[in-house]
Parts: sequence; C-alpha cells; structure tokens
Amino acid sequence: MFASSSTLKRGAALGLAVAASLALAACGSSSPSKSNNPLGASSAKGTVVIGSANFPENELLAQIYSTALTAKGVKVTDKFNIGSREVYYPEIKKGAVSIIPEYNGTLLTVSVSPSSTASTTAQVNAALTAGLPSTMEILNSAPAQDSDSVTVTQAFAKAHNLTSIADLKSIAGTMVFGGPPEFPTRSDGLKGLQKTYGLTFKSFDPLDESGPITLAALTSGKVQAADVFTTTPQIISDHLVSLTDPKFNFAAQNVTPLVYKPAMTSTITDTLNAISAKLTTAALLQIDTAVIVNHDSYQAVATGWLKANGLPY
Amino acid sequence: MGFLTFAVDWLKSPQQWSGPDGIPIRVLQHLEYTVLSLLIAAAIALPIGMLIGHVNRGGFAAINTANVWRAIPTLGLLILMVVLLGFSPLTWLIPLVVLAIPAILVNTYEGIAGVDPDLKDAARGMGMTQWQVLWRVEVPVAVPLIMLGLRTAAIFVVATATIAAEIGLGGLGRYIIDGLAANNYGEVAGGAAVIVVLALAVQVIFVGLRRLVVPAGLREQVRASR
Amino acid sequence: MVWSWIPQNWTLIWQYTLDNALLGLVPPLIGLIIAVPAGIACVARRWLYAPVLSLTSAIYALPSLALFVVLIDYTGLGNLTVIIPLSLFSLCILIPAVVDGLRGVDDSVRQAATAMGFTQLRRLVQVELPLAVPVIIAGMRVAVVSSISLASVGQLIGVSSLGYFFIDGLQRSFPTEIYVGIALTIALALICDLILVSVRVVLTPWTRGRRAQARPFVVPVPPPVGAR
Repeated sequence: MFASSSTLKRGAALGLAVAASLALAACGSSSPSKSNNPLGASSAKGTVVIGSANFPENELLAQIYSTALTAKGVKVTDKFNIGSREVYYPEIKKGAVSIIPEYNGTLLTVSVSPSSTASTTAQVNAALTAGLPSTMEILNSAPAQDSDSVTVTQAFAKAHNLTSIADLKSIAGTMVFGGPPEFPTRSDGLKGLQKTYGLTFKSFDPLDESGPITLAALTSGKVQAADVFTTTPQIISDHLVSLTDPKFNFAAQNVTPLVYKPAMTSTITDTLNAISAKLTTAALLQIDTAVIVNHDSYQAVATGWLKANGLPY
Repeated sequence: MGFLTFAVDWLKSPQQWSGPDGIPIRVLQHLEYTVLSLLIAAAIALPIGMLIGHVNRGGFAAINTANVWRAIPTLGLLILMVVLLGFSPLTWLIPLVVLAIPAILVNTYEGIAGVDPDLKDAARGMGMTQWQVLWRVEVPVAVPLIMLGLRTAAIFVVATATIAAEIGLGGLGRYIIDGLAANNYGEVAGGAAVIVVLALAVQVIFVGLRRLVVPAGLREQVRASR
Repeated sequence: MVWSWIPQNWTLIWQYTLDNALLGLVPPLIGLIIAVPAGIACVARRWLYAPVLSLTSAIYALPSLALFVVLIDYTGLGNLTVIIPLSLFSLCILIPAVVDGLRGVDDSVRQAATAMGFTQLRRLVQVELPLAVPVIIAGMRVAVVSSISLASVGQLIGVSSLGYFFIDGLQRSFPTEIYVGIALTIALALICDLILVSVRVVLTPWTRGRRAQARPFVVPVPPPVGAR
C-alpha cells in the first residue's frame, strides 16, 4: 500500500526533467526553422527572418523569397502570418523581421507618409526612399501589382450603371461596405474614399483580408461593395467588377521587398531583385490561383515558379 | 500597468458606447449567441442526461465521449462551419450547441445517477411511479450538479462566442480581432476588459440562480462534503 | 477532402503538430508543479480553500483569447503569451484535483501511518500523495486535453500551432486543411490522454489486479467538459 519511495523519487525526478526541458524548449526556441520568437532568432549579418502578412498571396511571396534565399545558402527563418502591416511594420523597424514582401503604395500611406499624394510607381518609390526610417529600405519593385479596390457584383454594377468609384456618390449612403478590419482607419480606406470621392457609406462590416468571408458577404448581398484585392482569383470566377480609380485614391501597389538594412548582403539583395524583375501581375494572378483555388502547397508553387523563371530554388 | 491604462482610455471615449460597433450592441450580440445556444443545448442535453441517469445505463459511454469532446478545437469547428455553410445562424449555433451539450449531459447524468439509492428505494416503496421518482426525488437532489453543468457550459459558450469574431461574426470578440488588425492596443485591451467583466457577470448570475433554485438543505450538504 | 494534400505537406504538418504539443504539454506541467504545494496548503489550512476556489473559478471563466491579449503588453507575441494563461487554466483544474485527491484518502490509512511512526511529511509523501495520484492524474488528463485544444486559439495572435491549418484553410476555402487540423488536435489529445492513463497504472500498482473501479475517474469540481 505504501509506494516505495525510490519509485516515487524516480518518477518525480523524471517528471521535473521533462517539465524543465519542455519549458526551456518553449521559451528559448532558437532553432533555424519556424522559430516563434523572432527576437530569439539570430539577427547577425547574413541571417534573415522573412515575415509575411496574414493572407495567402503574401505568404506565397514570402515563401518564394525564402526558397530562393535558402537555395543561395542564406540562413533563413520564416515567420509567416504575423498580421496586418500595423502589426509587422514595427517588427521590421527594429530588425526582428528582416524581409517582407510589401506593396509600395499602401506601405507609403499607412506607415510612412499618410498625407502623400504620390500615385505612380516612380513617385511612390521616391517618396518611400525619402521617408523610410534609416534602418529600412525598399529594394526594386516588381511590375506585378495587387491593390485594394472598391468591388461590386456584376449585377449591382449593371443595375446602377457603375464603372468608376466616383459613380457611387449618390448611392453610397444606402450601401454597406465590407473589408479588412483595418480599412476604416487607413488613409486610403474609408477615410480616403470620403476625402477623394466624397463617399460616406451607410455602415462598415469588418470581414477578412479579401478572403472567403469578404467574397461570400459580397456575393450574398450582405455588403454591397467590398475591398477585394485585385489579384484575388475569385474576381473572375465570381463575376465581380472592380471599379476604376481615376482620382488615384489607391496609389500604385507594386510588390516590393521591404528590408532591414543591417541584415542585408549583396547576395540577398541581388536574389530578391532578380525575383522582382520576373514577377508580373499575370504571373502573380496565376500563382495565386494555384494556391487559393487549386489548393496547391505554398512551397510547391513557389519552387515551381522559381524553377520556371530560371531563379534559384 | 500598461494594459489597464490602454483599456481605461479606450473605454472612456464616448464613441465606444454608441453606434453599430458600440459596446452595448456588441454585448447584446454576445449574449444572443450565448443564451440561444445554452437554451438549445439544455433542451437537448437535459432530457437525455436525465434519462440515462435514471436508468443508469450509458453513463460510461457518455463520460468517455465527453473526453473526446473536450479535445475538439473550437476555432477549428467554427471555421469549418463557415467554410461549409457560409453566412447562416447555423454557422455559430451548431458549434456552440454541440460543444455545450457534453457539460450539461455529463453533469446531469452524474447528478441523477448519483442520487442515494436508498432514497430511490424509499420512493419506490412509497408507491411512486418511475416518473414521480424522477421528478420528485432524483431531479431535486441532482439540481446542484445540473446547475454546475449549465454554469460550466455557459463558461464555455461565452468563451467560444468571443472567438466567433474571427469568422466575421459580431460580439465582443470583434474588438480583439479588429484591434489586432489595426494594431490598436487600446481597442484590444478595452475589448478584453469588457469580456472579462461579462464572463464574471455570467458566473455571478449562475451563483445567484443556484441560490434560488437549490434548496437550502442541499446547499449545506454539498458544502459539507467538500 | 483532398487526401493527397497530407503526404505533400507532411513536414509542415509535423512541425505544427510539434508546436501544438509543446503548447499543450508545458502548461499542465507548470500547473501541476504549482498545484501540488498549493493543494497541500489548502488541505492543511481549511480556510484557504474557499477563497482559492473562488479565485480559480473566476479565472477559469475568462475566455482564453482575452487573456492572451492582456499578456501581449508584457510578454509580446511569443509562446509565453499562450503558455501563461493555459498554465493558469490548468492550475484551476489541478488545485481541486489535488485537494480532492488528498481529502479522499481514508482517515484510517492516515491514522495507521501515524501509528507506525511516520512523520507528517513522510506520511504526506509516502502515503497520502501516492493515494491521491489517481484523482490528480484524472485532473491532468483534463488539463492536458484542454490545453492541447486551446493552444490553437493562439494562432489568432500569431503563435504557431495546428491552428495555422484552420486559418489557412479559412483563407483559401480549403476544408481539407481544416479537417486535418481538427483530426490531429483530437488525435494528439487522445494519445496524451492514453499516456496519462498508462502513467496512472504504472504509478499505482496497488490498483492493478483488483476489480477495476466501476466508474471512470471524473474530477468533481470544475472542469468543463468541452474545450473553450
């Protein structure tokens, strides 16, 4: 009936050892792959932490960077799906993340210079280079663009004769607008639409990052207009119409690597620039479709695209 | 304390208290999800729990199924529903009800099955029918555990309703999800503070209910057995 | 359900399963380490238990996501932010388990030990705690299963777990990922549950061979059946 004290002691010692090692593993993870704590990962020169925003296209782009750089012998740690720009921008600024695939237009108006009126790629990049903090810089922009939009269903566009965002002026007050939760506070979001086009919607419905919830809300009529990112494959398959933006509320949105300068080497910057040179909007839409519609894995699609374009994989 | 300062500053602002995204509306939405799910779960689980408790069969199966139930990730279930069903009340009703049932079921079973067999014997000896034994003896004695089951299910439902904002629903979780997206820690902190208050308030309501529903003699008995 | 997705993404699946296992196993262990002395104290000083129980009941009622975000300000966006609240929840389950386990020791056994000359400490360690092991392990089972399943909520603040498959499956409308994530979470929890049952069998040799208890162990106070 009385348990032998040696069994108990052995059991207790084993338990403590297991607990201690698990606890150490959890809190101080500095393994090179998928580290949860970027501050734990080494930020020595040549070692990089690649981050991504929390939507599939961005994770795919980050995966492309990661696969190519790893192929070139760079030590890479992935930290994907961090969150929206508001969350990951401070992380890059302090170097906890070293590379992230960005979109130059919104980067400029959200995090660098909200009042900027730059609209073309050249203008935006010039403003970025001038305005980014000293620890950060942008590399070459890709031709590919993926921008926010004001999108409606084909039926709605026909019914109200809509081609451009300006056409919404008279009916905006009866419409519910849907988009990512950060859209109302962004300067090119609801605020921008009001300033540029004088639109005040009836209400805003926070949904997701141009994902199935936003698309379902739009096609089911829960919202009458939504911010659907322009390379979303379902725009074609769901017969949606992205209204034109003649007054440039949404500036140019080229895919552009945003990097933490002290972590860069010429190998890294050359590889990333080579990737950007080959990335067209058509290519981006194609690989997005593979990942989002065909459910191919991010790694497979990234490797396939790099291979097809003569880039390191 | 950083968190408190953020929360208080955000809560102080009058715009949080009005409009479609205001705290009163979000609280009402949260309560709507909670109350409706609890009622439906109770309507299903109470009769079944009473039945299997009364005949004292199937308890083993119930308890072990409950173990598996505990393992189901609520976020996964919510997301599965929205991907399969899109926007419909069933999207949140099914997960909340399905996950609340085990707590009510197991505790009801335990309560009824655990009634002193001498009591049941005496009741039958007095000529009570099965039905009367159930309602006049077993249920009243089991009430503390039944209340515990309901209270436990309530904890669970309030918590899951918080996560439901991730699939585009309303409720108090909106402040956390939206605040995280916009990196507005004030909104996140304020939302979390309101959720904490609501969760505790629901518990207080159940404690009060218990006082009302459980006969004083039983309350004493349960306390003494601790 | 796209079955081929599983072998194609095996490394990823394995990685996230390990991440989830870590987040699910460390908190109950931390909870246990704190709960044992705390439970002993509550048994030794009867007046302590009621207030401790009120406190743990209150904490247990709080939604995990709310607790995670409270901690972001102090522990950032890393594993600790998830581990600390899950450890608290485990504590809420384990303190009553320890107390009920200890109180469940037959008084005659305690008296026999004292009569044999055991000091209070030796009696606690060699008699009462071992006899309390079945109830404590029952509590551990609940704590482990709950932690494994709650860990996925951490994905909402970017803390890696099987929850990644839920979020990615949502964004790509890809039910396969979601099914796999749910199945793996349940499987992981059940495997750990079985391991704990084996541990109990090993640690309590005196219960082997006798007719097994008619009822499976169910911890009386909290814990909710069902993940939160």
